[in-house]
Amino acid sequence: MVLSCTDVRKTFGSHVVLDGLTLDVGEHEVVALIGASGSGKSTLLRCVNLLAEIDDGVIRLDGEDITDPRVDPDAVRQKIGLVFQSYNLFPHMSVLDNITLAPVRVHKRPANEARDQAMEWLNRVGLADKSGSYPDKLSGGQQQRVAIVRALVNSPRLLLLDEVTSALDPELVGEVLTMIRDLKGEGMTMVLATHEMGFARQVADRVAFLDKGRVLEQGPPEQVLGDPVEARTRQFLARIIEAGRL
Amino acid sequence: MSSGLYEPSAIQQDRIVFRRRQAIRSVLLAALSTAIVGIILGVLITGAPGWDRVRQSFFDPSIAVDWLPEILEGLWLNIRMLVFCAISALALGLLIAVLRTLRGPVFFPVRALATLYTYSFRGLPLIIVIYLMAFGIPGLRLQGTPSVTVLGGAAIVITYGAYLAEVFRAGIESVHPSQIAAARSLGLSYRQSMRFVVLPQAVRRVAPPLLNDTVALQKDVGLISLAGPIDAIRAAQIGVAQTANFTPYVVAGVLFVLLALPLIGITDWVTLRAARRQNAGT
Repeated sequence: MVLSCTDVRKTFGSHVVLDGLTLDVGEHEVVALIGASGSGKSTLLRCVNLLAEIDDGVIRLDGEDITDPRVDPDAVRQKIGLVFQSYNLFPHMSVLDNITLAPVRVHKRPANEARDQAMEWLNRVGLADKSGSYPDKLSGGQQQRVAIVRALVNSPRLLLLDEVTSALDPELVGEVLTMIRDLKGEGMTMVLATHEMGFARQVADRVAFLDKGRVLEQGPPEQVLGDPVEARTRQFLARIIEAGRL
Repeated sequence: MSSGLYEPSAIQQDRIVFRRRQAIRSVLLAALSTAIVGIILGVLITGAPGWDRVRQSFFDPSIAVDWLPEILEGLWLNIRMLVFCAISALALGLLIAVLRTLRGPVFFPVRALATLYTYSFRGLPLIIVIYLMAFGIPGLRLQGTPSVTVLGGAAIVITYGAYLAEVFRAGIESVHPSQIAAARSLGLSYRQSMRFVVLPQAVRRVAPPLLNDTVALQKDVGLISLAGPIDAIRAAQIGVAQTANFTPYVVAGVLFVLLALPLIGITDWVTLRAARRQNAGT
């Protein structure tokens, strides 16, 4: 198992967001988290990345308990990439500097080597001509692809994608999804929170339906999205279909 | 791109003509009202019963020419003080602001001291700080006590450092937490996140108020004359005492305004640029 969450609990005051959640992710596996707003998808990703501290349970990365307070969180985060819904590129840095910041400052790689690697990635995703641009000159889809590259140049063991297409105009969603599909082809282990059911069906090996801070149902996409066992999953999917999002 | 043969429609041409006429009218109106206000002010001041006395004692050209060199010499001290104090106060303010953001129990005393400093020195009048530093410290008769000029400068740096620290802190807090989350998620330490992600954005954002405080500082540099050094204000004061005429003060005042103009210009330019950049983003 690359990632293994056991009985994870997370509360904000009296509000219980994760209520004994258990989820395993194997090597090269892509798991899609679906569920209503507030079901805990984003919170789980933030907990795995140690941006939020869990209140109970254990999260393991490659078997190591990363929720042990004696573990250095910076060292853990260097092995986990996280991409945000709102991209969160650094607005005062060029695209290239955004990408090379962590390789140079954290992984202490030579600047020219980091630059070459960044340019290679930008070439692959068709953004080489934007390397000197600042984020505010890029479209949402371009910004999000840069954000994904920024996470990838650190060669993470695990990539977490938090609703990465939710802030995008519909015609820009495709370019980001294509990139994620390519990553799956290369064997990247990924956990993605998403509202794009069609995409979850295409790219995920397994879909996990979160409800009230637990994994209520999980399995192959055809089964969870096509013939769910739980009544609440069916309700959720019915609402999605009603909204024309499936 | 539309074709190069585009010609505005009759309606649009009519609008253009109308707007041009309106623009000319506005310019003429502005010129007229400015002239009227100017004439009224001129009549009011020069027509005042005491105007002749005031002109003699505040605007005497020969006294102005006589004392200009002395005042300029004093101003050179102000300029040097300004450069030294502005740079030191900015550095001190940034340091204090960063210290106040440090987390963890070990840093509690550092945070507490930094907070105490910004609270007390924003409340303490600069004049009192200058008196305490320039007259109090030499009173201790320690070996190697610096000159009164240096002590006065230090008083200005300490007082302004407290203000600038709060400006920097406001800038640091204005950077959205998602930026820190993004930096930390890449494996950057708290310190690296501050240095490479938060501070560069914070400083850019508060550049206009920082420069504005620097403009205020350039005037207050003149207050060291209270401690004795002969700066532009002290030189003017000597002139006033010797000639029994206030013209040297006016000369010094004009020189201070001239000194501030470039800085004010830069402040406006930076503010405008910052506003434009902000609007450029979505």
